[in-house]
Amino acid sequence: MKLTRRTLGLTAMTAALMSSTALWAQEDLVLIGGLATLEGPFAEPGEDGLRGVELAIAEFGNEIAGTPIEMITASSDGNPDVALESARRLVEQDGVDILVGPLSGSEGIRLAQYAKERPETTFLNGGSAAIETTLVDPAPNFYRFNTEGAQWTAPLGEYVVNERAWDNVIIVSEDYSFPYAQIFGFMATYCEAGGTVEDKFFTPVGTNDYSSVIAQLPLEAGEVDGMFVVLGGSDAVNFLSQYAQMGGQLPIIGGTNVADQTVLTTQGPARRLLPGILSAGPVSDNADNETWLEFVAQYQDYYGEEGLPTPSIFAYNYYTNTKAALLALQAVEGDLSNNHEAFRQALDELAFESPTGPVSINENRQATAAIYINEVVETQDGDLRLEPLKRIENVDQFLTLGEPVYSQLGLPSRDNPSCPS
Amino acid sequence: MTRKILTAIVVLGLLAYPFLVNSFWLVQIGGRTMGFGTVVLSLVFLTAYTGMLSLAQMTVAGVAGYAVAYFTAPTGGVGMLLPWPVALILAMGLATLAGLLIGLVSVRTQGIYTLMITLAVAMAFYYLTLQNYDLFNGFTGFNNVEPPVILGLDLGAPLPFYYLSAALAALCYFGVRHVVRTPFGLALQGVRDEPQRVRALGYNVALLRILAFGLAGAIAGVGGILNLWLNASISPGSVALNPVIDVLMAGVLGGIGHPIGAYVGAFVFTVVDNFAIDFIARERFNTLIGLIFLAIVLFSPDGLTGLARRLWRRTTAEEKEGRESVRHGNEVGK
Repeated sequence: MKLTRRTLGLTAMTAALMSSTALWAQEDLVLIGGLATLEGPFAEPGEDGLRGVELAIAEFGNEIAGTPIEMITASSDGNPDVALESARRLVEQDGVDILVGPLSGSEGIRLAQYAKERPETTFLNGGSAAIETTLVDPAPNFYRFNTEGAQWTAPLGEYVVNERAWDNVIIVSEDYSFPYAQIFGFMATYCEAGGTVEDKFFTPVGTNDYSSVIAQLPLEAGEVDGMFVVLGGSDAVNFLSQYAQMGGQLPIIGGTNVADQTVLTTQGPARRLLPGILSAGPVSDNADNETWLEFVAQYQDYYGEEGLPTPSIFAYNYYTNTKAALLALQAVEGDLSNNHEAFRQALDELAFESPTGPVSINENRQATAAIYINEVVETQDGDLRLEPLKRIENVDQFLTLGEPVYSQLGLPSRDNPSCPS
Repeated sequence: MTRKILTAIVVLGLLAYPFLVNSFWLVQIGGRTMGFGTVVLSLVFLTAYTGMLSLAQMTVAGVAGYAVAYFTAPTGGVGMLLPWPVALILAMGLATLAGLLIGLVSVRTQGIYTLMITLAVAMAFYYLTLQNYDLFNGFTGFNNVEPPVILGLDLGAPLPFYYLSAALAALCYFGVRHVVRTPFGLALQGVRDEPQRVRALGYNVALLRILAFGLAGAIAGVGGILNLWLNASISPGSVALNPVIDVLMAGVLGGIGHPIGAYVGAFVFTVVDNFAIDFIARERFNTLIGLIFLAIVLFSPDGLTGLARRLWRRTTAEEKEGRESVRHGNEVGK
C-alpha cells in the first residue's frame, strides 16, 4: 500500500515536472528564450546580456499588439555542448517561439547549425561574434543584428598604419574562434595598408602564467611598433600585469575585450598600461549620440545598483537582437503563423535605430552597423573610459571590401591571414 | 520472480517511452541518459567489481568520440574519411586501448592515488585536445558529426537515435551483469576483496586489473560515441574537468554498488541539471543542484538505488510481518 502511494506520488511529480513549462505554450503569448553563459568564466557578461533582453522586452511593455511576451532563461558555460543542450531545452521542451543567444563565439557556430533542424523557431544571436556563424552555410532562421569580431577590428588595422604609422606589430591572442575573427578583421585591412606582423603568439583560454610568451616580446618600441593583444577578462589582466612587471612599454592595440569595463576596472600593475590603449568595437562609453545616452539612462534607471555602472557590450548586443525581434513582431502584429513566415520577412527587411545608430542586415542575415575606434582615457575621478576617436559608418560582413575580395581571404585560423615582416 | 517482472516493466517502459514524451525528453533526457549513463556504467563496473575508482572514464569516451569524428567527419584538413563501420571498429579499439593504457599506469595504486593519477591523465588529455591541431583540431574540435544513415534509416533522427541508445545501453548493462558471473568477473571480485589470496591462488592480479580497465574502456567508448552523435560534435569542452567530474557525481548519485545505479544516476543528474533553473533565480541555480546532490549523498550514502533497495526491503518486511500476524490471528481464532 505504502509502496503504491509512493509510486503514485513519484509519477505525479514527474508528470508535473514534464508539463510544468509545456502548459505555457497553450496560452496565447509569445515566448522568448534567453540563453547566456551564467556559469564559468563568462558568467558576468552572460548576466549582463540577459539584462539587455529584459530591458528590450520591458521597453515594449511586455506585450506586442495585445499579446503578452514572456521570457524564460537557460544557462551555458561557454562550452558548445552545454549551449546546445540548453537551446534544445528551450526550443523542444519549453516551446519558445524566439530564442535569443548565445554569448560566446563557438557556441554561436553550433547553434546556427542547430537552427537548421528547427525551422519552426526563429533564432536571434545574443552576443557571440565568430565569423563562421553567419558566413559558412548560414541558417535561414538564424539572425545576427549585432556586428561580429572581424567587423569590430577591421577599421582598426587601417587606422594604426595610416594614422599612427605603426607598420610592424606583434600579436598575443587566446586560441579560439573569436580571437581568430578579431585578428582576421584587423589584418585584413592592416596587411592591405602595408603593415607586417612580426610574430603571433597563441595561448589557451585561462592561462595564468605568460612568462614564456613575455620572454619573447620586446619591452619597448623599436623594430616592433606595437602589440595587438586579443585576450579577454582575467587572461587580459594576467598578461598585462606580468608584462608590466617585466617593465614592458610597447604601445598596445587592444582587441575588443581588452578595452572592456571588466578589464578597465582592474587595479594593480596592469593598470599602468591601460590608458592610451587603442581599440575598436561596436560601442564607445563616451559616445555622445542621443540614442546611446538614452540607452545608458534606460539601463541605469531599470537596474540601478543591481547592474553595471554602464551597460556592457553584451547588454548592448542582446538588447539590439531582442529589440529587432520585437520590432519585427510589432510590424506583423504578433503574427507567428505559417512557421513565422510573415515575421521572418519583416526581420529580413528590418532596419532600425539601435543605441549606436542604424542597423540593417544583409542576405546572410548578418548586421551592418557603425564601428568605433576608441582610445582608453582616464576621467577626472581616475576611472577609465572609452573615448571615440573615429566612427566608421556601415561596416558590413565583408568588411567593406566587397564579397569577391573578402571571400579570397579564406576562413580565419591561426595561420590565416598572414603578412610576415 | 518479482525481479523478472520488474525487468519486464522497465523494458516495456523504455520501449513505450518515446510515445509518451516530446522530442526534448526523448533525445536530450532519454538519449543523453543512455549515452552518458553508459560512461557512468563503465565507472560503476570498475568500482563495484574491482574496487578501483577512475576519473578518466570520460576521457576514454572522448577518445572514442574523437576517433569517430576524425574518421567520419574530417574538418579543415584534419581527419581522414573512412567507411563508418571501419571508423566505429577503430574507435572501439582505440577506446579499449586507452582503457588498457590507463589501467597499466594506475594498476599499482589504490584509492585516492588511483583517483589522482586518472585525474592527471584526464587533464593531460584535455590540454592535448585543446592545443593539438593536427589530430584534435584544437579549441574548435569537430562539428557536424552526423550519425550514419543505414538502409535509409537516419540514426540521427530522434526516434531511431533513442532506440539505438537504449539498445546499446541495454547491451552494455546486461554485458556487465553477465561478465561479473563469469570466472573472469568472479576473479575480479576476488581481487577487490582479497588481492593477497587471489594472488596466492595463482592469478595475476595486475593483469586482471588492467583487463578490467580495458573492458571499462570499451564500455565508455560506446557511451562516448553515443554522446558524440547526440551533440553532433566534440570539442575539448567535452573532456574538460566538468564532464569528468559529472561522471563521478552521477555514479555516486545513482549508487556505485550496482550497474543500474549508473543509469538511475545519469537520469536524475540530467533532469536536475536541465530543470533546476526553473525553480530558483537564474544566478543561483547551481547552488540548488549542489544542495540536491548533497542531500542525496548525505541521506543515502549508497545513492538512489541504495535508498530504493532499503525502502523495498522495509516494505516487503512489513508485508511479511503483516501476513504472519494475520495467519497468527487466524490460528488463534481456530
